[in-house]
Amino acid sequence: MKILVALKQVPDTETKIKVAAGGTSLDPADVKWITSPYDEYALEEGLRLKEAKGAEVTTVSVGEEKAKDVLRNSLALGADNAVLLKSTETGDPLAVAKILAAYAEGKGFDLVLFGNKGFGSDNGAVGAMVAELLGISQANLVTKLEVSESTFRAEREGDGGTEVVEGTLPAVITAQRGLNEPRYASLKGIMAAKKKTIEEVDGAAVTAAMAVSALTLPPARPEGRKLDGDAATQAQTLLGLLRDEAKVL
Amino acid sequence: MILVFCELKDGKIRKASLEALSEARKLSGEAPVAALFVGASCAGSSDAAAFGADAIIKVEGPALGAYSSDLFAAVIADAVKAKGATALLGAATPLGKDVLPRVAAKLDAGYAAEVTSLALVGGKLQAIRPVYAGKAFATVDFTSGIQVASTRPNVFSATECPKAGAVETLPVPAVDFKAIVKEILAKGGGKQDLTEADVIVAGGRGLKEGANFKLLEDLADAIGGVVGASRAAVDAGWGIPHSMQVGQTGKVVSPTLYIACGISGAIQHVAGMSGSKVIVAINKDPEAPIFKLANYGIVGDLFEVLPELTKAAKALSLAK
Ligand SMILES: Cc1cc2nc3c(=O)[nH]c(=O)nc-3n(C[C@H](O)[C@H](O)[C@H](O)COP(=O)(O)OP(=O)(O)OC[C@H]3O[C@@H](n4cnc5c(N)ncnc54)[C@H](O)[C@@H]3O)c2cc1C
Ligand SMILES: Nc1ncnc2c1ncn2[C@@H]1O[C@H](COP(=O)(O)O)[C@@H](O)[C@H]1O
Repeated sequence: MKILVALKQVPDTETKIKVAAGGTSLDPADVKWITSPYDEYALEEGLRLKEAKGAEVTTVSVGEEKAKDVLRNSLALGADNAVLLKSTETGDPLAVAKILAAYAEGKGFDLVLFGNKGFGSDNGAVGAMVAELLGISQANLVTKLEVSESTFRAEREGDGGTEVVEGTLPAVITAQRGLNEPRYASLKGIMAAKKKTIEEVDGAAVTAAMAVSALTLPPARPEGRKLDGDAATQAQTLLGLLRDEAKVL
Repeated sequence: MILVFCELKDGKIRKASLEALSEARKLSGEAPVAALFVGASCAGSSDAAAFGADAIIKVEGPALGAYSSDLFAAVIADAVKAKGATALLGAATPLGKDVLPRVAAKLDAGYAAEVTSLALVGGKLQAIRPVYAGKAFATVDFTSGIQVASTRPNVFSATECPKAGAVETLPVPAVDFKAIVKEILAKGGGKQDLTEADVIVAGGRGLKEGANFKLLEDLADAIGGVVGASRAAVDAGWGIPHSMQVGQTGKVVSPTLYIACGISGAIQHVAGMSGSKVIVAINKDPEAPIFKLANYGIVGDLFEVLPELTKAAKALSLAK
């Protein structure tokens, strides 16, 4: 089995967002970069399938030089190969999907694993787009995955319940929290990863379908109000305010 | 024209779909708006006329009884082409978020997810959408010929605007689909999904144990809300499912009222709920960061405050 895992490099979840001069992008100063949290579940699932059934796991990231960090980390965790698709087109999910699909096309991957959403961009789109571009099946927000020779069965978080999706391979699966518990890299893995090479390829030339023209911070919330008195008084006051002042009840 | 992919639930158009339809009507001005319905039965779709649909397009048949992402994507993309629509909107519901990116790729169209504001600039959509889980907002301009956007539930208003709603049907395309929903295992108890809820009562580690979530349910029932949780509560092994988690690695919600009980207000939690219109915090620690966000704060013991709130709410019969 051949498995491809798409990893996105994103700002750490603790990051306080600052807007860069120009007003259209994140100020990268002081940002710590990590693998997008959901992508860790995708990688872990690929590694588990490799251990259980024997598979070749390739990780891929679309980005610039620094994205090699997430690829290096994936090698330390047990990925067999890692590929950087060099591109600056990371703001448009369709452009990213086209670059990934162009790379995957014809390489015989049985599974293409994604996070369900890349932190920061929050599109939740690239996986499904790649599925469409490759003309293969998809299951998103997957919390349990079983694969056989030519089919898969996935449990996913659907509309108010757990849905079972069945389909044929090759397939795109996007990982939801709960799918597995990602491992940590061992010292041995980290040392071994240092010796492995990360393949670098120019990402396919694509035209973006959209561009960010402004990045702004949300308006500050108004100064709040603390309610006095004992619990019963606080409760009465609160309901009164919610009903008559805020008018939300 | 703008085409709006609408969903029916129990024979009624989902509120989030009506919001998308209303927004399309508003954007469109005099230009036509069509509402698209896809399913085994489209009964109930005629209500779209009241919310601004000039045309109601139905794609109906037993083959559409179970959801298949590739089949539904083909149906929706075919409808966009058949109607010559240049913009496609749909609500960012679980189904909308699943199918719309796939449709966008099929149409070689840009896709903006979970938008909170829309405009037409030079005939093309311009969207504002939360990024970094709501820590910032991006304005995105489309350059593609067709533009696709999903609208975040509870942000746009559903306003009546009666139009003709002329009914048309389109055939189910003969697609050899590759994946389908075979069964639904655990139903979410019929409760509304957090992302569409108007009122959320959420609990964190301060609840001390899972059984105490009953206090939240009681209050939620009394004011017509649903219960959410922090990640600490989900991870504590109290039997609270991840589907109830609010935050960066849970659901991003935008209710009218969010009541945070025993939740400290960690940045990853706040990311998921800072878009709430009114925030109430109940916490015994006056320094808890959640108070920086709260419109109304109660410094106190939730085990004392919650029962009082429920009691008072019941007395006022606040549940809608
Ligand atoms: C990558 C990553 C992703 C994450 N994603 C999420 C996410 O999606 N959602 C999320 O919520 N968290 C997320 N977290 C975790 C987050 O950092 C916090 O750990 C978590 O939100 C804390 O939950 P809490 O507020 O319930 O618990 P705590 O921080 O322990 O706060 C408990 C609060 O309860 C109060 N309290 C205790 N007893 C009482 C009482 N009797 N009456 C009133 N108040 C009381 C305390 O004063 C305290 O403020 C994430 C973390 C990481 C690293
Ligand atoms: N630049 C990228 N490089 C590699 N994978 C990506 C990139 N952007 C997104 N992805 C993958 O697509 C998933 C969904 O991203 P998004 O649609 O942007 O929310 C992520 O979790 C990744 O698995």
